[in-house]
Amino acid sequence: MKPAVLTGEYFMTGDVACAEGAMAAGCLFFGGYPITPATEIAEHMSGRLPDVGGTYIQMEDEIAAIASVLGASWAGVKSMTATSGPGFSLMMENLGLGICTETPCVIVNVQRGGPSTGLPTMGAQSDMMQARWGSHGDYEIIVMSPSSCQEIFYQTITAFNLSEAYRIPVVIMTDEIIGHMSEKVIIPRAKEIQTVSRVKPKGKKENFKPFKPGPNGVAPMPAAGEGYNVHVTGLTHDEKGYPAMAVEAQEEMMKRLIGKVRNNLDDIIKTEGYLLEDAEIVIVSYGVSARTSFAAVGEARAMGIKAGLLRLITIWPFPEEQIKELAEKVKGFITVEINLGQIHREVQRCVGYRTPAYLVGHHGGTVITPDQVLSVLKEAF
Amino acid sequence: MAKKNKKAELQPAHPLDDLIRTDRIPHIWCQGCGIGTVFSACLIGMKHSGLELNKFAMVSGIGCSGRAAGYVNVDSFHTTHGRAIPFATGLKLANTDLNVIVFSGDGDLFAIGGNHFIHAARRNMDLTVICVNNLTYGMTGGQVAATTPHMARSTTTPSGNPENPFNLPLLAFASGATYVARWTMLHARDLAESIQVALLKKGFSFIEVLSPCPINYGRRNKEKALDTLNMYQEKTIIKNGADPSELDIDFDKGVILGKFIDVDKPTHIENYDKIYRTRE
Amino acid sequence: MEFWRVPFDADEIDVTQGEVHILEDRCKGCGYCIEYCPRQVLEFSSKFNQKGYHPPAVRKPDNCVNCHYCEIICPEFAIYSVETT
Repeated sequence: MKPAVLTGEYFMTGDVACAEGAMAAGCLFFGGYPITPATEIAEHMSGRLPDVGGTYIQMEDEIAAIASVLGASWAGVKSMTATSGPGFSLMMENLGLGICTETPCVIVNVQRGGPSTGLPTMGAQSDMMQARWGSHGDYEIIVMSPSSCQEIFYQTITAFNLSEAYRIPVVIMTDEIIGHMSEKVIIPRAKEIQTVSRVKPKGKKENFKPFKPGPNGVAPMPAAGEGYNVHVTGLTHDEKGYPAMAVEAQEEMMKRLIGKVRNNLDDIIKTEGYLLEDAEIVIVSYGVSARTSFAAVGEARAMGIKAGLLRLITIWPFPEEQIKELAEKVKGFITVEINLGQIHREVQRCVGYRTPAYLVGHHGGTVITPDQVLSVLKEAF
Repeated sequence: MAKKNKKAELQPAHPLDDLIRTDRIPHIWCQGCGIGTVFSACLIGMKHSGLELNKFAMVSGIGCSGRAAGYVNVDSFHTTHGRAIPFATGLKLANTDLNVIVFSGDGDLFAIGGNHFIHAARRNMDLTVICVNNLTYGMTGGQVAATTPHMARSTTTPSGNPENPFNLPLLAFASGATYVARWTMLHARDLAESIQVALLKKGFSFIEVLSPCPINYGRRNKEKALDTLNMYQEKTIIKNGADPSELDIDFDKGVILGKFIDVDKPTHIENYDKIYRTRE
Repeated sequence: MEFWRVPFDADEIDVTQGEVHILEDRCKGCGYCIEYCPRQVLEFSSKFNQKGYHPPAVRKPDNCVNCHYCEIICPEFAIYSVETT
């Protein structure tokens, strides 16, 4: 039996690092369904979870997988699933249930080329907008994207922490390239890892309101079997959790669901800047494409072009303010991503007419090379 | 108002009031709908099981029967259409002390959720699944379901249903359920006892309950609520241990009720614990 | 649902006496309790409840043997019986 935190230095794939990050974060339930290129996360968790008293189950499809994850979360344990495009599409309805019922959980999408079955064994970043808007209705969600195997280890822990702190599903949008790539991963000692668990209610159990927000907009969350007799529904509901088919109830619930993200942007949004201080051209990128962009910035600088990189660690909520501020002082933006301009649209929206914004996109199946970025950079500026 | 309160004080509470969310009564079910009776039998079964009430959880899907979770005063979950069983599976696996009841309708459990049903039964997941079978999609106004009899009329089969319905106990048996029974809501006492037995039994238990939908099924098939109940009384026969393949619902020939399957098999949780939690 | 024969030991059995309670405003007037009461204790009342339905009324109180069938068949938690001694 191995401990939850496997302190040491390893050479491991992004998928395995993600699974180890989940273990370190205190995940005790994984509802899985095989899909390339995310299967290795399920495989690794199936062997690891029983070590720490957790449970792995392979469900009959991705819909069942995420439904079981939501159920397990209401039993009081940190739970997760991992999938790729087709499975992510199937999960969308229950992702909405997770949002509406404020159920903490982590969903990993190891992206591959699409649409439909697409390129199962080849990477892409083309589900970025689906992660934001894929489920019906208006909502806010937290979505992150890692650029290395080491980062996905830590990001999985952060994803659990945010999900527990805000009672919200958190999505990690990685890709086949990071998922199947092996790199050095350092797992620190257990006491060096900060984990967050949902706030439990205190006091009277009678007439408890499981959706009455605390000071930070998030309601304490009891688990099933603790005697609070909660009712949880995907219908529009009041603070007691009871269905409330009324315009006012909808407004109150929506304000709560959206407010807990929008009022805590500083705590949630993480980005990384590289040579941004004097940059005239900002490359916006994330995930594996940020590595391409990092190399392109280095080469551009060697040619005397003042390029910098804004790497998005949190994708949603989008770092609007930061991009707006940069737009005031730089000559232009280039978004680098393995899709045909999903985050580029978002950058354009924030930049407006202040400066030009270009896209270095790709149809999917492989990484973008630094040369492709450089040629656009040279042509445009 | 003061006068009314006084009356309420004088009248003892309904014996099931402690198990229902009285602040949500009256429920949404129509006049003559049998779901309330099935729900009531479920609460009686819970009470008589002697199990700790706080350790019960009820999970429902979408539809008229799916609203049951909203009326029971234990931890209750009203999930998405068809997904009550996988949600319940996660709940049970993450806290094996819970007694998880899935209470939902035929459309929810056997059309959109059919795949989850057969897999939970195959795994022998420790759940008690109660299916209120009213032969139609009631909430949306009476469309044809996977349980609607051949040639019955619905809003989407205006000239009669061209398809044939599921034999649910046979499906449950074939999928591996360890307890399978069928009652009608008129057999409420047998039903309550059956639910009690199912709750105390480990493994996957399935109880089908025939129940009238006078508004959206009966009305289109010339069946008043009391006609349906009289049919339940006159055209059914209790035959415990009947062969599941004989259990098609055809009121012209007669419908068989009773407990059909009651076997013991290791549950998913027992097997998982044995194989995975005793490793070196 | 009447008995069609008298059990041999009928005179040795103490039949319990029940008292029916009706929560009138919960009733939706389906009439199941009236139709299926084995002792014909109940009938539709002529008055309306808050929701506009005719709730049942006790017609033959002495007939009730506290079998609880009305309680268990009622879909509305609107009727129950208790034993009187």
